Amino acid sequence: MAGFLLRRLVNYVVLALVATFLAFTLASATFDPIGVLQQRNPPPPAASIEAKKRDLHLDQPIPQRFVTWMGGVVQGDFGRTIADRPITDELGRRIGVSLRLFLLGITIGILFGVLLGVVSAIRQYKFSDYFATLFSFILLSTPVFVLGTLLKMGAQGINDSIGTNVLIFVGETTPGFQGNWFEHLGDRLQHLVVPTLAIALGQIAYYSRYQRSSMLDVLGSDFLRTAQAKGLTRRKALFKHGLRTALIPMATLFAFGFGLLVVGGTFTERIFGWFGMGDWLVTGISAQDTNITATVTLFVAVCVLFSGWLADVLYAALDPRIRVN
Amino acid sequence: MTVILNEGDAAGTTGAASGGPVDAAPEPGKAMTRGRLVLIRFMRNKLALVGLVVILGMYLMAFVGPLLSKWSYDTQDYTAFLEPPYSEHIFGTDKIGTDMFALTMRGLQKSLIIGLLVALISTTMAAIVGAAAGYFLGVADKALMWVVDLLLVLPSFLIIAILSPWFRGKSWFLLVLMLAAFQWMITARIVRGMTLTLKEREFVKAAKFMGQPARKIIAKHIVPNMASLLIIDATINVGSAVLAETGLSYFGFGVQSPDVSLGTLIGGNAESATTFPWLFLFPAGFLVVFVLAVNWVGDGLRDALDPTSTRVRRKEKKDTKEKAA
Repeated sequence: MAGFLLRRLVNYVVLALVATFLAFTLASATFDPIGVLQQRNPPPPAASIEAKKRDLHLDQPIPQRFVTWMGGVVQGDFGRTIADRPITDELGRRIGVSLRLFLLGITIGILFGVLLGVVSAIRQYKFSDYFATLFSFILLSTPVFVLGTLLKMGAQGINDSIGTNVLIFVGETTPGFQGNWFEHLGDRLQHLVVPTLAIALGQIAYYSRYQRSSMLDVLGSDFLRTAQAKGLTRRKALFKHGLRTALIPMATLFAFGFGLLVVGGTFTERIFGWFGMGDWLVTGISAQDTNITATVTLFVAVCVLFSGWLADVLYAALDPRIRVN
Repeated sequence: MTVILNEGDAAGTTGAASGGPVDAAPEPGKAMTRGRLVLIRFMRNKLALVGLVVILGMYLMAFVGPLLSKWSYDTQDYTAFLEPPYSEHIFGTDKIGTDMFALTMRGLQKSLIIGLLVALISTTMAAIVGAAAGYFLGVADKALMWVVDLLLVLPSFLIIAILSPWFRGKSWFLLVLMLAAFQWMITARIVRGMTLTLKEREFVKAAKFMGQPARKIIAKHIVPNMASLLIIDATINVGSAVLAETGLSYFGFGVQSPDVSLGTLIGGNAESATTFPWLFLFPAGFLVVFVLAVNWVGDGLRDALDPTSTRVRRKEKKDTKEKAA
C-alpha cells in the first residue's frame, strides 16, 4: 500500500509541476505588463520602463524566467509583484483566508451531501427524495456568483428584519475590531456564515446526486441482503456495509470536486470581499502579473494534488482490494 | 431521431439492429422503432418536456423579443434612470436609462449562441478525437489521457482567464473556440472507452476485413453507435458552456464590451443587487432557468436513450405491474 501511495504522490507532483509551468508560460506569453505601465497617465519615463523590464526578467526567454522563478520558489521566495512587493509577504495570510473558507465549505458539503444522498436513496421516490432532487437540481443550475449574491440579499433581508447586523457579508473580519479572543471568534463567525453557505450549498447538491446513485446501486446488492439475513438490523447493515461500499466511488469525486471548489471560491471571495487566493488570481490577471498568477496556480495545483492523494488514501482505507495489491 | 442505432455495449440489447427492446409494450398497427420508443419515453418525462419548451421559448424570446419591444439596447430613456419595473419598462432601467428588457435579451442572445456553438464544436471534437484515440491507440491515446489528467489539476477556467488579455478586443468567436477547446476532453475519454469495446465487435471487424479504411469505419460504424451518448453530452454541454461563459464574463475575462452577455450583466450589477435588485435578478433568473431546463432535458434524454437506465426500467416495471393488477 505504501508503494501505491508513493507512486500516486510522484504522479501528482509531476502533474502539479507541469500545470504550474503551463500556467507560467501561458501567462508570460499573453501578459503585457509593460503595455499596462505605458498606458499610465502621465506616461513613465523610458528609463524606468527599461528598469521594469529588467526587474521582471522580460529580457529573458520564458523557460529561463520559469527556472529563475521556480528556483526562488524552492527557497520560499515567490518573486515580486509588478508593484514590486514581495509575494511571500502576502502569501501566508491569503492562504489562511482561503483555506478557512474552502476547508469549512468542503467539509460541510461532503458531510451533508453524503447524508442527503443516502437519505434520498433509502427513501427513493418518496416526497423527501423528490424534494432533495429538486433542491439539488436547482442548486446545480445556479452558478456561485448568482447564489452568493442571492445569499447576500437574503442576509440583508434577515439583518433588516432583526434590526442588527447579525450576518455580515463584507470582508472576513471587522477592521480594527477590539476585544478578547472569544469576541474575535464571534466576529469571525459572523463573517463566515454566509460565504461558507455560498460554497457549501453547491457542494451538497453536487455530492448528494452522486451519493444517491452510488447508494442505490449498493441497495440492490446481494451482500446487503445477506448482511440482514445473518441478523444485522437494517440500520446497521446499511451503514456498516452499504454506506462504506457506496463511498468508494465517491472518493475520486472528492478529489475532482476540489478543483471545482477553488474556482467557486474565487467568485465567493470576490463577492464577499475576502482577500484570499481566488481574489488574488483575479487581481493578478487584471494587472497582467505573471508571478501572482503562477503562484495562485501552484497553490491550486498543490490543493488538488493533496486532495487527490487524500482520496487515494481514502480509497485504500475503504477498499481492501487496493490495500492487498 | 430515427438515425439512432442501438448502443453497442448496452447490456441486453446487443445484436438486434432495429426493433424495440423487449420491455416496450407493443402497440397494434404501428411497428415499434427505436426512435418511437425514445420519443415515447421522453414524452413521459414531464420535467424534460417542460425543460424543452423552456429552452425553445428562450431561444425564440432572445431573437424575437427585442423586435417586439419599443426600446433598444443602445438607446436611453432620459426620463427613467434606475426605475424599478413598471409598465413602460417591464424589467426596469439601469443608471443611464437603458431598458433592462432590451439589455437582458441582448445578453441572452449572446449567451445562448455561445452555448450552442461551444456544445456543437466540443462534442464533435470529442467524438472525433476520442474515437480516433481509442481506435488507433498509441501516442494520440497517451496524449489524450494525459491532457485530461492535467485538466483536473489546472481548471480550464484558470487557463481561459489567463489567456483573456490575448483575446480582449477581438471577436467573441475566439471565446467560443477557447471554451470548446477545453470542454471536449472528458467526453473524449468516455468516447475512447466505448470505442475500445466497439472495436472488438463483429460488425466493426467485418468492415475492417472487407477493406474499409479506418476513417470510414470510425465515421460509419463507431461514431453512429455512440449517438445516444453524444446527443446527451451535447445537450449537457450547452448548459455547462453557458455557465463557463457567464462565469468568465462575470470577471470581465469572457465576453468583452461592446458585446453583452448574461455574465457581463450579472457581473456588472451584482454589486448593486441589494439596492437595485431588478438589475441583477432578471439576467440571473434567465441564466438559472435556462441551465435548469437544459439539465432536465439532458436527464430526460439520458433516461429515454439509455436502455440500462434504472429509472425508466423501474417505472416501466411499475407500469406493467399496475397493468397486471
